[in-house]
Amino acid sequence: MIDRTVLKEHLVKWVLVAFALSSLLFLFLIFIFILAEGLPLFLKVGVNKIIFGMKWAPTKGYFGIFPMIISSFLVTIGALIIGAPLGLSCAIYLSEYAGKRTKMLLKPAIELLAGIPSVVFGFLGVIYIVPLVRSYLGGSGFSLISTSLVLGVMILPTIISISFDALVSVPRTYREGSAAMGATKWQTIYKVIIPSAKSGILASFILGMGRAIGETMAVIMIAGNALKIPTSILDPLRTLTGNIALELAYATGDHRLGLFSTGVVLMVIIMILNYVANFGIKRKIAK
Amino acid sequence: MRINPRYINRLVRMGLNVQAYFTVGILIIIVAIIFFKGFPHTNFAFILSFPEDMGREGGIFPSIVGTIQLALLSILLATPLGLGTAIFLTEYTKESLFTKFIRFGVESLAGIPSILYGLFGFIFFVIKLKMGWSLLAGVLTMTIMILPTIIRTSEEAIRAVPRQLRIVSYSLSASKWETIKKVVIPAAIPGILTGIMLSIGRAVGETAAIIFTMGSSLRLPLSLMDSGRTMAVHFYILAREGISMEKAYGTAVVLVLSILLINILAYYIMNKAIARYS
Repeated sequence: MIDRTVLKEHLVKWVLVAFALSSLLFLFLIFIFILAEGLPLFLKVGVNKIIFGMKWAPTKGYFGIFPMIISSFLVTIGALIIGAPLGLSCAIYLSEYAGKRTKMLLKPAIELLAGIPSVVFGFLGVIYIVPLVRSYLGGSGFSLISTSLVLGVMILPTIISISFDALVSVPRTYREGSAAMGATKWQTIYKVIIPSAKSGILASFILGMGRAIGETMAVIMIAGNALKIPTSILDPLRTLTGNIALELAYATGDHRLGLFSTGVVLMVIIMILNYVANFGIKRKIAK
Repeated sequence: MRINPRYINRLVRMGLNVQAYFTVGILIIIVAIIFFKGFPHTNFAFILSFPEDMGREGGIFPSIVGTIQLALLSILLATPLGLGTAIFLTEYTKESLFTKFIRFGVESLAGIPSILYGLFGFIFFVIKLKMGWSLLAGVLTMTIMILPTIIRTSEEAIRAVPRQLRIVSYSLSASKWETIKKVVIPAAIPGILTGIMLSIGRAVGETAAIIFTMGSSLRLPLSLMDSGRTMAVHFYILAREGISMEKAYGTAVVLVLSILLINILAYYIMNKAIARYS
C-alpha cells in the first residue's frame, strides 16, 4: 500500500512541474508565432526599409514603420511627462504623509482606477479631451497631446504602486537618522528617501512607459491615426499598436505579415523596457 | 534670502495632498460621468433584450452572456494551471535555476501588452489551429493573459500560510500532497480568490486581445466555436463607429459597474485575508 501513496506523491509532483512549465511554453509559443509571421518580411523587404522606411502602403509594397516607432515613443514620453510627476507625488504622499484613514481611501481608489478598461478611457478621451483640445489649442483635437493626457492618467496606477513599494521599503533608520539631524520631513524625503528609492522609482517610470507604449484601444480612439511623424503636439499620429489594431481584421498576405513585423518591433521594445525595469527592481531588493 | 525649511515643508505637504486627491478625483469623475450619462439609458429591458439594427436599438443581452462565458471559461482553465504553478513554486522546490526560468516566463507573460496577445491568438488559435473567430479562441487567449495574475496572487497567498500549520499536518503523518490539499490551500483560499476576481475583472474589460480572437458577432454564442462579442467589444464598436452614443453610455454603465463591483469584492476578500494572518 505504501507504494500507492508514494506513487501518488510522485504523480502530483510531475503534474505540478508540467503546470509550471506551461507558462514558459506559452511564452515560447507567443514568441515563435509572432516571429515566424513577422520576420519573413524583414528578410524579403529589408530591415532598413521597414524600420527606417517612411511610407506605409502595404498593398503597394511599402512597409515603412519609422513614423509609428517615433509616434509610439512620443506618446509614451508625453504620458510620462504627465504621469510621472503626478504619480510620484501621490506615492510620496501615500508613503510619507498620509494617515491610516487617508491611505484606506486612496489605495483602493488608485487600484480601482487601474481596473477601468482602456476602451472607457478612450471613449471619455474622445468625448471630453479631444473637443477641449480642439477648442482651446486648435487642430482636430485628435492629437499627440490628447493621447498623452489620457495615457498619462492610465499609467498612474502602475507608477504609484511601484514607487510606493520602493519608498516604503526604505529602512526606518534612514528616516530617524535624518530627523535626528534636525531635517524637516520634506528635507528627509528629498535628500534621503528619494535618493535611496531611486532605482525602484525609475523602474516604475519604465514600467509605466511599457504600459503606455503597449496601450492600444484608447490610443486608436484618440490619436487620429495619421501616417506621418507629428511635427507639433496638435498633430494626429499612429502608434505601432494602433497600426496593428486598425488593420489586422481585414489584412491578408504581405499586408498581414507587415502587421506582424510591426508586432515584432513592439515586442522587442517591450522586452527591453521590461528587462531594464526588472533590473532596477531586483537591484533594489539586493540592496 | 533663506526661506524657513518648515514653510517649504508645509507647502510641499499641501501640494502633494492636492495631487493625491486629484488622482482620486479622476476616478470619481470618470465613474460619475459614465453613471450620470448612462443610467437614463440603462434598465432591465436594456440588459435582457437583444440588440437590433447593429445595436442602434434594443439591449445588450448577448454581449453580457458572451462576457460571462469568456470570463468563467478562462478562469476555469487558468485557475488549475496557475494554482498548480504557484504550489510547485512554493512547496516543491527551493529557489534554483529552474524556478528562475519559470519566474522569468511568468514575468514576461505579465509584461506583454494585450495587442500582442491578440496577434498571437489570431495567428495561432484562429488561423493555424483553424478555430476561426470563436469563443474557444478567445477563451484560450484570455487564459494565457490572466495566468500571471493568478500565479502571483496564489503564490503570495500560499507563502502567507504559517509554517506551523504545515508542521502540525506532517506530524499527523499526512503526506505532502495531503497537507497541501487539506491544510495549505484551504488556508490560502481568500488570497487565491482575490487573484481570481482580479482576473475576471481583466477578462471583462479586455478588448484588444478579444476582438481579434473571439470576433465581434452580435449573435448569442451557443457553442465554443461560435463567434461572440463581449460588453467591452460591443461598447468599443458602438462608440468608435458612432452607432449610438446612448447605447454606448448604457453599455459603459453595465461594463464599469460590473468591473468596479468585481474589483471591490477582490480587495474586500484580500483585506480579510491580510487580517487573518497578521
